[in-house]
Amino acid sequence: MHAFEYHRPSNVRQAAALLQKNEDAKIVAGGHTLLPTMKQRLAAPSALVDLGALSELRGIEKKGRAVVIGAMATHSDVATSDVVAEAIPGLAKLAELIGDPAVRHRGTIGGSIANNDPAADYPAACLGLGATIITNKRKIPAEEFFTGMFDTALEEGEIITKVSFPIPAKAAYAKFRNPASRYALAGVFVSKRGSDIRVAVTGAGSDGVFRWGEAEEALAKRFAPKSLDGMSPPAKGMNTDIHADAEYRAHLVGVMARRAVAAATGR
Amino acid sequence: MADKMHLKLTINGEHLETLCEPRELLIHVLRERFNITGPHIGCETSHCGACTVDLDGKSVKACTLFAAQAQGATITTVEGLASPEGMHVLQEMFREHHGLQCGYCTPGMITRAWRLLQENPDPTEEEVRFGMAGNLCRCTGYQNIVKAILAAAAIMNGRDATADDAVKTPEEVA
Repeated sequence: MHAFEYHRPSNVRQAAALLQKNEDAKIVAGGHTLLPTMKQRLAAPSALVDLGALSELRGIEKKGRAVVIGAMATHSDVATSDVVAEAIPGLAKLAELIGDPAVRHRGTIGGSIANNDPAADYPAACLGLGATIITNKRKIPAEEFFTGMFDTALEEGEIITKVSFPIPAKAAYAKFRNPASRYALAGVFVSKRGSDIRVAVTGAGSDGVFRWGEAEEALAKRFAPKSLDGMSPPAKGMNTDIHADAEYRAHLVGVMARRAVAAATGR
Repeated sequence: MADKMHLKLTINGEHLETLCEPRELLIHVLRERFNITGPHIGCETSHCGACTVDLDGKSVKACTLFAAQAQGATITTVEGLASPEGMHVLQEMFREHHGLQCGYCTPGMITRAWRLLQENPDPTEEEVRFGMAGNLCRCTGYQNIVKAILAAAAIMNGRDATADDAVKTPEEVA
């Protein structure tokens, strides 16, 4: 691995200043994507700004009708949080199924969202719950945040500080996971909050997470698995790789969507 | 080359210090600077768990952490589990139940199992398998590893590990 300068700021403002000073610097949160990338020399930042000391970014709290999760909360923090389990159990379950225990102890929600891996789980939760991503500069609705595979609306030096999830009436996540990596071959997050019905799909689309409009319309008539009988999104636009081709992924999206609705409605 | 940093850690109850570069992984600092060679390097890609250590009360993969990120932390490795009176009950049970063949994954397995039994002191077989999912073994097929952990849990909960009903099944929990 190439040498780099290492910084461990103690607050967000210091972190932002360090990023501004080092054009080529990268943020390290849990490091579970960045370190593997650096080992492969796919990234060689001149400096790392480690957010590990920012305990202010680790809180999880219920605020009005939302659950607000600090960007440095680990997957394990979210999976074991009483606040999340009570308000949005589907989100706790999603976190519990990321990677393995050691990975969940390091990986963070902010890191996952900022990376926007097309097979990551959290982007589906953000889009599927209509979350707001809060940075040190502004608030970004999930729809505007995820702009394509590994691409987000974040500007240079912008730091995610929190994610705010509106509490739904019903929500659940179902994923068909790659048994080795445990990433989603297809993952679907569904939610219902009043008349706002959302179906967000990760792992399958060739341009990252997306909302499946046709399924949302069908569920708006009746929020039940049966409403999605026989439905799957078009294979065009789905990803093909060694694990699954586009048609199979499209099929899986339909199956996962029905399972997610079944879980959300307790069927 | 970046400047070296002054790293201070508490490892297996001992305060240790060293100079290291920011790019050094925790596993390399443990093995090469402190000569703590219990944690192994298997895949070095966060998959296999041979490098699992306990960091501030959590199982982590020491290959996917810069030592710098662990500054000031309290670390336990497999070397820290036995006491002067003898091996830890998990170590005894891995021996008793042949929970290893080549032994390469064993330090990570035992260190993770040690934390698992603190998170969940009386797990079912299913919970053991879920909790050990980050540790791979290419020899045993896992049967005896799971058996060893369940036997250790039974003993730690005051049951006779050789009794037929010592091990909890998922049905009993439900």
